[in-house]
Order: sequence, then structure tokens, then C-alpha cells
Amino acid sequence: MKFSENWLREWVNPTVSGDELLAQLTMAGLEVDGTESVASDFTGVIVGEVLSVDKHPDADKLSVCQVSDGKDNFQVVCGAPNVAAGQKVPFAQVGARLSDDFTIKQAKLRGEESNGMLCSAEELGLAEKSDGIMELPDEAPVGQDFRDYLQLDDIIIDVDLTPNRGDCLSIQGVAREVSVLNKLALNSPEITEVPHTIDDVFAVELLSPEDCPRYLGRVIRNVDVSVSSPVWLQEKLRRSGIRSIDPAVDVTNYVMLELGQPLHAFDLDVLNQGIQVRRAAKKEKLVLLDGREVELNEETLVIADHEKALAIAGVMGGEHSGVSKQTRHLFLESAFFNPLSVAGKARTYGMHTDASHRFERGVDYELPKLAIERATQLLLDIVGGEAGPVVVTDAELPSTRQVRLRANRLYSMLGLEISATEVEDTLTRLGLELLEKDDVSWLFRVPSWRFDISIEADLVEELARIYGYDNLPISSSSAGSSLHTVSENRLGLRQLRRRLTAIGYQEVISYSFVEPELEKSLTRSDSEAITLANPISSEMSVMRRNLWPGLLQTLKHNQNRQQERVRIFESGLVFSRVEGEIHQEAMLGGLIWGNQAPEQWGEIARPSDFFDLKGDVESLLELSNDTASFSFVATEHPALQAGQSAQILRNDRLVGYLGALNPELQKQLDIPNKVYIFELLIKELQDIPLTEVKILNRYPSVRRDIALVIDTTIEYASLEQLIRQQAGEFLEDFVIFDVYRGENIEEGKQSLALGLTFQNPERTLNDDEINTIIDNCIKALEQQFNAELR
Amino acid sequence: MDNLEALTSSALQAIAQAENAAELDGLRVQYLGKKGSLTEQLKSLGKLPAEERPAAGAAINQAKQQVQEAINQRKDSIDNAATGELLQREAIDVTLPGRRQQPGALHPVTRTIERIEDIFSAAGFATVDGPEIEDDYHNFEALNIPDHHPARAMHDTFYFDAKTVLRTHTSNVQVRTMEAGKAPFRIICPGRVYRCDSDLTHTPMFHQVEGLLVDENISFADLKGIIADFLKAFFEADLSVRFRPSYFPFTEPSAEVDVQCVNCKGEGCRVCSHTGWLEILGCGMVHPKVLEYSGVDAEKYTGYAFGMGVDRLAMLRYQINDLRMMFENDLRFLQQFS
Repeated sequence: MKFSENWLREWVNPTVSGDELLAQLTMAGLEVDGTESVASDFTGVIVGEVLSVDKHPDADKLSVCQVSDGKDNFQVVCGAPNVAAGQKVPFAQVGARLSDDFTIKQAKLRGEESNGMLCSAEELGLAEKSDGIMELPDEAPVGQDFRDYLQLDDIIIDVDLTPNRGDCLSIQGVAREVSVLNKLALNSPEITEVPHTIDDVFAVELLSPEDCPRYLGRVIRNVDVSVSSPVWLQEKLRRSGIRSIDPAVDVTNYVMLELGQPLHAFDLDVLNQGIQVRRAAKKEKLVLLDGREVELNEETLVIADHEKALAIAGVMGGEHSGVSKQTRHLFLESAFFNPLSVAGKARTYGMHTDASHRFERGVDYELPKLAIERATQLLLDIVGGEAGPVVVTDAELPSTRQVRLRANRLYSMLGLEISATEVEDTLTRLGLELLEKDDVSWLFRVPSWRFDISIEADLVEELARIYGYDNLPISSSSAGSSLHTVSENRLGLRQLRRRLTAIGYQEVISYSFVEPELEKSLTRSDSEAITLANPISSEMSVMRRNLWPGLLQTLKHNQNRQQERVRIFESGLVFSRVEGEIHQEAMLGGLIWGNQAPEQWGEIARPSDFFDLKGDVESLLELSNDTASFSFVATEHPALQAGQSAQILRNDRLVGYLGALNPELQKQLDIPNKVYIFELLIKELQDIPLTEVKILNRYPSVRRDIALVIDTTIEYASLEQLIRQQAGEFLEDFVIFDVYRGENIEEGKQSLALGLTFQNPERTLNDDEINTIIDNCIKALEQQFNAELR
Repeated sequence: MDNLEALTSSALQAIAQAENAAELDGLRVQYLGKKGSLTEQLKSLGKLPAEERPAAGAAINQAKQQVQEAINQRKDSIDNAATGELLQREAIDVTLPGRRQQPGALHPVTRTIERIEDIFSAAGFATVDGPEIEDDYHNFEALNIPDHHPARAMHDTFYFDAKTVLRTHTSNVQVRTMEAGKAPFRIICPGRVYRCDSDLTHTPMFHQVEGLLVDENISFADLKGIIADFLKAFFEADLSVRFRPSYFPFTEPSAEVDVQCVNCKGEGCRVCSHTGWLEILGCGMVHPKVLEYSGVDAEKYTGYAFGMGVDRLAMLRYQINDLRMMFENDLRFLQQFS
């Protein structure tokens, strides 16, 4: 909410500087978002009177004017089209400064002497744009300093109010806070009942009394809305960021800003029989003040006559029933709408208005009477006319709330003893009424404007706020000293991340919502993707089912920035729907692309391949301290290249996938060279056994190497399994140290070199024993896999 | 015995001229071997008169010793030269860069979250996590934000359907933790959160750390203490902190916390919009309704909750001046955090 400091000070004027006042507001929870000056920083401008206007002899568009400062007359050449004799205008005299580099000097314009300048609102920083000079009202005192005349030594304060403080959406509300903070009384303007001079009334029926429990209406006849609003009123509106429209609208806006009550003025002549406040009929239509036609729903409360809807209650009036230039008679509305009945309605129709903003947050239900009297008086002053009596139609108003505050609760919540006198004084100043008290508690009645106070904690907050949060005590005793267990049976994400960074992977964080086509092409079809109803853009509209879309996009981003080698990982949730159920799983995914080692003199450059990635994944799995439980099985996956992809199992549970990116996708994404990717389900890695150390074997070990020629279709994993079975308990270590295909080896075959190390924990093994084992192994290999010893 | 002297002197001369170990060994055999010329001299002792023998024998032995020593010395010097040559041959340029893999680094957001976890872990807070696709109840209603509450408009929520959203804050985890457990609670919940807003100062996804402490006799003073201590620990500086009344539906009283600008130390600069203060987190005493919704006795227990934006903390800490860099994942940016 924006308002001028001077206006606030009319209501309450503490002896603190402007800056201190701003700090007070901020520290009381009415955060000052910014300030601006109400006009540019000019000097030497006074109220002048144009005595005469003559055409410039040598220039069509210029006039030669005689201007009075109340004592002397000055000749001024003026280019404004609207200059006319008898006008009161802002007159910058010789010596006036309009800006740092613009000082008014005596000059000759096309041969005519000019002693000053008549100013437009734009030139004085009072408007964004003006078409001519600023015309002041007739009663403007000639010769008075213009800054004094319009009280321009003022600032606009922009307060960012939290949604609970609807009561501060007015000068009255902010002034109430300032008065409590400074322990001052409010200088509210005197608002008296305007006696009716005619007896005309207009019928009102509350057909939805829960939504609108109070409605005040008043007929005002014979108004002249063709006059313009007085300058003081226009200025106050301007300093609150509201444009002057016509006096009827200006007055309703003014009262809303001053007191907080949104009002509406109808053109009485177009209303049919009487007002009905009701829910809209299904598909009922209404053309709003802004010219838009909306189709209403049955949840919407409308102000209607006996024929049709006239306005969305508490949101916006209709075009047809609003005040126009032809309006002669007004029907003025000042009502209380239930916040819950208005909440969200404006948004339903894509609107947000000053009225809806206030009604949604709650407007004081005792305010309509005061506001309608205030508005009537201002209207009669400005547009004339005769007022009828105020007709009040009431239904079930909200009951007043009573809240009990216990002294010990206050103490335990704030850690501070506040004296009974201070509690009572502060809360009473805030408008609460002390109903009863005893040694341990108070009972307060909440004022009708405070919709945010309903429980004890709310009263505690009010006291803390006025006392000043910064003045409240501070304690470090809640910081705990208890030790909590860090389980070694659980592998943490931190360890996984650390391992990856150590082996050369850079962590990235990408968006959880991705481009649907890419997402789909990278994901198996056994689940559904989850789509956002209101995405930022179509490229960010579907939740990722694996981490690869983000990793590939990151690769592209960096490849486009001349990176030649990328090794990245990400951890985070992935999302899918399976049989209607939403699944959210924490995953760890990675990608490598480019050479295996960074460019350097001491290594031969070679591109990374499947086994580089697999080695990295194995080094992650090793953190589980349970490597024997994991296996890699050749598989197919839409994201991966057939023949270079595997699933990772832990016992029989799926842990993840790894492989080369499907070459078609690689081509689509326009990535040169192969990309290798993996992903792991974190929860499947997390259960880990604690290390149990084995006794070290002190007998010598014996190693035997064998070289085999075997069909390439035989998987190494099954070969290893067979050898381990045959070799028995004394096989201490097993290594494959060469795989060879090509020259000297038959097509479809490969040569493998294996190293077997044997050790017996109780004695030294002899050659015969080992020869027998090796023979058994070879025999089994020959029989099962048709292997030949080389 | 002239012969002996001549022999010795020729041996010494040859030894001095020997160029390698093999040549030297040849000389040893030639002079001192079983059939070496000096050894032969001993054999001729028998031809001498008995009284001359001892003196002549001593002279021969002395000559042999002299030659042996000369060989030893020469050998040492040849060996030394060879070692020197070897060392020279094997000398390398130690200023060449080492052979290596380039280590990676954590993302600054992860690094910041871990840092926050570590600080709170020392104060006894356990880290918990929760779902990011959340139902309306846990994201809003259980936090005292009913349908059509004006606070919902502040959240710019991403929806899947009327009752399913992307969580707008990590506060859903405090609800789930309280539902599932028994007071007291002492947790922090870091994670991704989402709001439908994207411009220079907003990304539609960002990170929060939520904190919750519920126990007997917890007061606003305790909240002020933990926040002030945390901010000092996090920024490693004795910065001023101020608490301003604010509003969150799930806390009462609520506060917004400003910390003295870490960039200008309160003088006023671009980073703090010339106010000297940085708005850094929101907090408050847990609203009794929130405790009740989650089955915690609000008469017996009180508590505080706080929430902070991790991305902003990371930006302040590492002087990152453009929010967009956070999720572009440009390696030139990320590698600076090694």
C-alpha cells in the first residue's frame, strides 16, 4: 500500500524524523518496501495568475502572457495550447531551478521578452506526461510558494503488508499502529452524520445473508459529476498511486484509502426496483467496468437489481450500472462482505482489485456507517445534490471474539516478564477491550477490524511486536548437547557424492521438470510420466522419470561452450506414475563424454568407453562393502545402445542401468562421439554391512596363469562363476588380465588370460593339489564352454 | 727385486688407466689372480736363501696390497662415475605437471546445504527429507493455509491436479515428521522447492532448509538465539541480526530475519539495495493449530520453525551475482568450487 507521509501525519504526528518513522513501521511488521518523492526537487515556483494572453507576433504556437505573482506583473512567453486569461498556474520565476541543469533565466523568445515559465505537471515531476500547463483551482492563493501550496515536501511510502494485516490497508489503519508505537492519540477527522434532506430510499434485500451480512445504501439526488475533483483530493489519490477519474469514483477511492472501506456508487436511474445481494445464477453474464464480459459461476456473490447482476460483490462494478457523464442520481453502497465469500473470486475471473484485496483480508464490519457518512459529505461538497437517509440492512454479523491471555504462557513464549500494566496498556491501545482479569490471566475482546486475532498466540505476537522483537531476550539454550547416532550400516548420499567428485565427476543440479519428448525417449514404457497442469513452458512441463534428460541437456550446454570433455553427476528425486500411484525415488545418475583423462603430456589420449564408466560405477558399489551382492546383466533400454547396456542387480533387485547412449538419440541431440550414462537407485545401495576383518593368511600363495580360446558369445561372468565353483575354497584371488580378438584367433573366438591365486589358511599347498584344481577347472571349461587351452 | 718394483709400477699405471669394471677385473686377474704376475713372485720365493725370504715375502705382499687398494679405489671411482651417468640419464623435469584425473566438485547449493547440515547437526538437529510431489493437505492445510487463504497467492504453486502440487516449501516435511513421530522434535529438512515464477531474481525451482524444534518450554528467545548463532556460524562473522514481525500462517508470532549486509557490512551497497540489511530467512513459533493438526499437544509443547533459501545463502557466501548461473550448470562456473 502506498500513501503520503503528510497524510499519515495528519492522523498522527509523532515527533520522530521521517527515517525514524519508516524504521518504526518496518520493525512493527509493516515493512517499508521503498519511498519516492512526490514531486521533483524544484525551487522558485509560485502560484501565478494569468492576467492576459496575446498571440505572439512572430510565432503561431506561442502566446505572450502577463502573469501576476500577487504584487508585480511579468511578461512570459508560453507555448502551452491551454493557457488562458484568469487561470491560476504554477509559475517558475526568473532564478527558479527546475532541475540540476535547468535554471530559469530572463530570455527573449522570437523577439519577445520572457520573465519566467508557466509549468506543466510533467515539468514539476507531478505526472508522467502532460498535454499543457497545469491549471490550478480559482481559490489557489496567488504568490504562495507552489511547494507549500501543494505540500510537496512529502514522500510516498510504499508498505508491503502481510496478508494478515488487512486492517492496515488504510491511512486510519497505519495511523492506528503509529499511534500505539508512539503512545499518542489519533487525530481522526471529525465525521458526522449527514442529515437527509430528501426521503428517497432504495430497497435492499440480502438473499445470501452469510455472504453479505450488512449492507448500507443511500440515495443522493441531483449531483453534477461533470466537475473535477479538488486538487487536494487528486493529490492524495495520486500519492497513493490512484488516478483521478470523476468525482464520484474519486470520493469512493478516497474514503477507501482513508478509512479502508471500499464503496461503490451506482447510477440510480438504471437500477431496476431494488438491490438484491445474491449468488450468481449459473452462466449468468455481466459486463464489468473494464469492459470485459464474464460468465459467472454459482459460487460468486453479486449485487443485482430485480433484473440482472450489476456487480461482482466486493470485486468490481458493472459497466452498465456505473456512474457516467449522464448520471444525475447516485445510489451509494457501503457493505460488509464475508472474507471467505470474496476470497479467491477475483482470481477466478483473472482480476485483482483494490476492493477485492481488502475484502479478502477482511474489512471492519463496523466501518460501513462511518464510511458512507464520510463519502456523502465529500460528495455533497464536491458534486452537490441532496442526500436521502442511510438505510442499514443487517443479517447475522460475525460474533465478536474473546481471547484469554495467561501470564505464564506469555512469559514462557517470550522468555520475558511483561508487567500487567504494560500488557493492558498495549493491548487496549491496539483497540482490544479488557473484559475481565484475575491474578493469572486477562480476557480481551478483539476489535472488529482485527480479523487476524483469534487465539492466545496472536495476543503474544501483538505484545512482542509492540515491545519490539529486537528488545526481546535471546537465549542459546535450545542448541542441543545430545549426541546422535551416525549409523555405519547406512551408506549416505554424501559418501557417494564424495566418491564421484574424487574420481573426476562434477556435480550438477538441473530442473526436475523437463521437455516431454526427450524425457519419453529416454525412459522405459512401464510407467507414466507426470505432467504439470501449469508449467512455466512446454520445455519444462513433465516431471523427469530418470536423471538423464537433465544430464544430457547439461552436456549440450557445455558442448556448445567448447567443452571437449564432460564428466557430471546429479542426485535427486525422479517421479513416475505406476498404476495410478505416484512414485518418488532418490536417484544418482552420471554421464561421461570425451577422453578418459584430461588433456596432458603424460597419458595417451583415448576416448572413454563402457568399461571406464563401469569401473566408476563399481567404485560406487564398493562403498556398499558388499560387492558380491551386485551383478551386471546385459539388457535393453530405450535410452541405451543395444549390446552396450546393462542393468545392475543387487541379489535380485534392480539397482540401475548403465551403458552407451542410444546412437539414434545421440544423433538427434547432435552430440559428436559416444556418451556413457548410468543411474542408480540410492535406496538399493544404502543398506551396508559393517566390515568384519578376516585373519591374514601367513602361508605362501601360489599363482597359476591359464590362457583360453573361447567363443565370444560366452559371457565372462558365467566363466568366472564356473571357475570359482571348480577352484574351491582355496582360490584366494582371481583376475582376468587379457582379452584378445584378432590375428591368430579364429573368427567368433577370443583369447582370455586368467590369473588364479591359491592359498590355504592352515598349511602350504603343494604342486599336486594345485595341478588337480587347475585340471578340474580346465576340464569343466572344455566341457561347458568348449574352451581350448592355448 | 727390481722386477717387483717394475711390476708394481706397471700394474698401478694400468689400473689408473682402466676405464671400466671389466678392464679392471682383467688387471686384477693379470696381477693378483692365482696365476697373476705378482702371485707368481711369491712362488719364486723358494729360490731365495732362507734368511732373505721373510723380507722378500713381505715386500711382495705389500706390493699386492698396494695393487689391490689401487684396484679398489679405481673401482669406486669407476662405479661413482657410472652412477653419476645413470642419475644424469634418469634426471627429469620436475616442473612438468603431474599425470592425473581432474577431480570434480560439489555444486555450490549442495556444498551450502552440507554446511548448514553440519552446523545444525552440532546442535543436535537430524536431517530428514520428504516428497516433492505433495498433496494439498501437507503443503497447505496442515500448515494452517486453508483453501483461498490470501497466503496461497504468495506461493505461485505448480499443480498436477486440484489436490496435488509440487511442494512450495520444505515445511511439508515438518508436518510429515510430526505426524509420524512423537515430540520432542529437532530436525532440519533441506531440499528442492518449486514456485511458478521465473525472472532475473526467481527460478521456478530453488532450495530451502527448514528447521523445526518442538519441546517443552521453548520460547521466542530460543528461536532468536539459534538463528543469531547460526548466521554467525554460517558467515563466519559477528554480523548484526534483526528480527522483524512478519506473517506466516504456520507460525505465531512470526518474524522475518535480516542480517547485516555481508558485502558492505551495513554501509549500504548494491547487494543490500542500500539498506545495509539482507532479508535472509523467515521464522516463528509453531502455530498451535499446526501442532494440533499433526497430533502434538500444543499445551505441553511449544516450538519454533525457520526456513531459509539456500540458493541465496550460497550466492551471498560465494559472491555469485547472477541467479541464472545456479542451474545452467556451466562447467566453468561449477569447477570453481573444487
